[in-house]
Amino acid sequence: MRTVSWALTGLLVVGTAPFAAAQKINACGASFPAPIYQKWFLEYGKAHQGVQINYEANGSGGGKKGVTDGTVDFGASDMPMTDKELADAAAKGRKLLHFPTVMGAVVPSYNIPGVTQDLKFSPEALAGIYLGTIKKWNDPVIAKDNAGVKLPAEDIVVVHRTDGSGTTFVWTDYLSKVSPEWKSKVGANSAVSWPVGLGGPQNAGVMGLVKQQPNSIGYVELLYASQNKVPYGMVKNSAGKFIKGSVDSVTEAAAGAAKDMPKDFRVSITNAPGANSYPISSFTWLLVPEKISDPAKAKEIKAMIRWVLTDGQKECPALDYAPLPKNVVSMEMKQIDAVQ
Amino acid sequence: MSLSLWRKIVNAVMLTLTGVCTVFTISVLFIILGLLLYKGGSSLNWDFFTKLPVPPGETGGGLANAIVGSAQIVGLAALIGIPIGFLAGVYLSEYEDKQFASFVRYVADLLNGVPSIIVGILAWTLVVLPMKTMSGLAGSIALAVMLIPIVTRQTEQFLREVPLALREGALALGASKWRTIATVVVPAGSKGILTGMILGVARIAGESAPLLFTALNNQYWGGLREPTASLPVMIYKLAISPYDDWNRQAWAAGLVLIALVLVANISARLVLAKGVSVPRG
Amino acid sequence: MATPAAVQTAKVKAPAQTGDIVARFVVLFFAVVLLALAVLLVIELFIGSAAARHSLGWGFLTSSKWNPVSEEFGALPFIYGTVITSSVALLLSIPFGVGAAIFLSELAPAGVSNALTFVIELLAAIPSVIYGLLAIFTLVPLMRTTIEPALKAAFGFLPFFQGPALGVGYLTAGLVLAIMTIPFIISVSRESLLAVPRDQREAALALGATKWETTWQIVVPYAKLGILGSIFLGLARALGETMAVTMVIGNDPRVHASLLASGYSIAAVIANEFAEANGTIHPAALIELGLVLFGVTVVINAFARLMIIATTKKGSKRP
Repeated sequence: MRTVSWALTGLLVVGTAPFAAAQKINACGASFPAPIYQKWFLEYGKAHQGVQINYEANGSGGGKKGVTDGTVDFGASDMPMTDKELADAAAKGRKLLHFPTVMGAVVPSYNIPGVTQDLKFSPEALAGIYLGTIKKWNDPVIAKDNAGVKLPAEDIVVVHRTDGSGTTFVWTDYLSKVSPEWKSKVGANSAVSWPVGLGGPQNAGVMGLVKQQPNSIGYVELLYASQNKVPYGMVKNSAGKFIKGSVDSVTEAAAGAAKDMPKDFRVSITNAPGANSYPISSFTWLLVPEKISDPAKAKEIKAMIRWVLTDGQKECPALDYAPLPKNVVSMEMKQIDAVQ
Repeated sequence: MSLSLWRKIVNAVMLTLTGVCTVFTISVLFIILGLLLYKGGSSLNWDFFTKLPVPPGETGGGLANAIVGSAQIVGLAALIGIPIGFLAGVYLSEYEDKQFASFVRYVADLLNGVPSIIVGILAWTLVVLPMKTMSGLAGSIALAVMLIPIVTRQTEQFLREVPLALREGALALGASKWRTIATVVVPAGSKGILTGMILGVARIAGESAPLLFTALNNQYWGGLREPTASLPVMIYKLAISPYDDWNRQAWAAGLVLIALVLVANISARLVLAKGVSVPRG
Repeated sequence: MATPAAVQTAKVKAPAQTGDIVARFVVLFFAVVLLALAVLLVIELFIGSAAARHSLGWGFLTSSKWNPVSEEFGALPFIYGTVITSSVALLLSIPFGVGAAIFLSELAPAGVSNALTFVIELLAAIPSVIYGLLAIFTLVPLMRTTIEPALKAAFGFLPFFQGPALGVGYLTAGLVLAIMTIPFIISVSRESLLAVPRDQREAALALGATKWETTWQIVVPYAKLGILGSIFLGLARALGETMAVTMVIGNDPRVHASLLASGYSIAAVIANEFAEANGTIHPAALIELGLVLFGVTVVINAFARLMIIATTKKGSKRP
């Protein structure tokens, strides 16, 4: 009994003793950019005296809530905060700033036994699948764009997110723009009332479900599909071409918005014009409070954002994210000074 | 067919079926253990116990922070929950205040049956919101709230089984009531009480739901004042992810967790060694 | 040896000393702490759900809409999913559990019975998330490729077995819950059966009944309260299970008739959505769901307790 109590006391001491005198910063949010964020923060920490930025990818909804409630130091989201959400945060004493970090693509990935080719998806096909009006893979709407591919007569297993997700927002924002039926029945938001489908948490959960479930389709950030070798399809853009999500096609989608970037950086680039632009692209933002109470944390966070906008951008292409346009970077550098 | 033959057939068939039910249940346990050993054993290596997790898509790394995190969270929960549960159990057994004690007993059972996710909600409102951060402490409090009623009921049960004669003997020798309890009754029931504590701690060590939004998770070493990784939460995240490497680690973590839980359970029950003989016809 | 020690201690009055007064105060304090925790829990559930209760009213319980955008929430799909999976779980675990309990109490020799019960009770100690882990990688594919197609082929004319065989869904969740509840049913039922006095069995056998007839017509009815109690205990456990369910139910907030379809449960939706439910109504709606679940488990646990107590009081003849 005595050894047990000593062991427990020892554990308590170990538990509360600081592991290192490192600055610890907590963040949570979008799973869309999580692979590169976690890589960045790991590298940043190694290069900067072991600063530990703990980033938990629990979804854009979690990021918005965390930074609004003040339970994390900064958040991350692929859905820009609405005016109401910003007002709520300001009412709680937290005025939030958006900092775009990268651009990425949301791709329709699928697991159809026997189909290894890249499928072509028209807006009608994607909307119909997710509305539940297109039920089987060999439906004419899908088949007409995919001559030469043997599509099985199997039910489509639709997969979506269970949590509040920026990736969902990008997906539903696109569907709302291309399908009036989707817009009136479901709409665009980080969490919607899905007409059909199974749910998984975060991008990883959706990808896991698609991987395990034959005849399924799910929307995920590009990297999750490519890392897990799950095929993903091409989507018809506003110019009528079928484009596959990639660094180049995403960069082109952002080109127009980059020229007219609003001061608060809140912009949607879905269904963007451009011959080779990928229609389901998006910026993703860090949500940083304008006033950070701990000066040491504020200093570190500002330094980290600077690093992300300069050195960090070099890592993007390797992970299939598109680096930010130059003029956006310079606008953001100015906004960093607003953070105190 | 004569009636007695039919009855004999029914007898044989039904009794065999009950045996089948038993065999089925037992084999489920062995299938579970076998699968965990097979799939998890191959992924257990030194890295698993010493390294931190790596970003999605990269291979390697380990769950050292989750193991330590679980130890911290469960350790603190035990430190909080065991004394409270134990003393409440002493109250229920030794101080019969009739109505009030039965009410407390009823509430203890009630608390025992509360789904763990709801205890998580309680810890969220009590600890996470005021502290303005998720933390290992919030997780510990959630687990402590689950541990307390378990320890209370076990303590009460085993103290009640201590024979009256022991109490009376001590009192007859002039010991005060609290002396009697502390030096005679509790030591007499200590085997069972200790068993209850170990089983309770083993139970909360495996809980994942209450930690989901209290302790959250951490890529690094956490602590009691910040988000902390824990084995059960990591198993959940790793299992539902698409990365094969992460799935492997989920199995390994599952094996480690179940080994800890089963070792605790088996040793606790052996300590108790309650042999029950069966009166039958 | 279960002498009502505390009652008899009260009759023997010890001399009042300061030590006693302090000790009494200390233990009473901690008993009150336990009470306070429970009260706090109930209060928090009520306060936290207030926003939802006021704006959604009683319609909350019957509506199937779950729309965080328009802030319309309905509990029906989750209540339905929780009830269905628990029902499937009980339907499967009662026959196996009671059957095994009968074997362990009536047929197996004492040593074997104790050893096997020990092993079975270990099943109850396995964490929920590990059941989920196993289910995802072994049970779900099995259901999808073998069991569900077989059920569809045999019973596809019933609405309960229609729709694509996904592997995840109500049926799989129910199966996992069944495995998790069986040890509870076995453990408590076995105790109740063992508590039946020996002379009941001997009388029946003397009258020429077979062992099975004795068991089924005499012993089991005698122990039925305890067995029922064990079933309620298992039910309460199944209703609140979170991790194993959310990993295999499909997380689909709609009501489906087919057992092969995906669904959702109260505990699962709280686990998935609570961490990022923003605004005022959404978190409150989730807490209101928690309140509903809490209420139901309290009632069922209370029933279980009553029945188990009634049995153990009823002529227990164990040395």
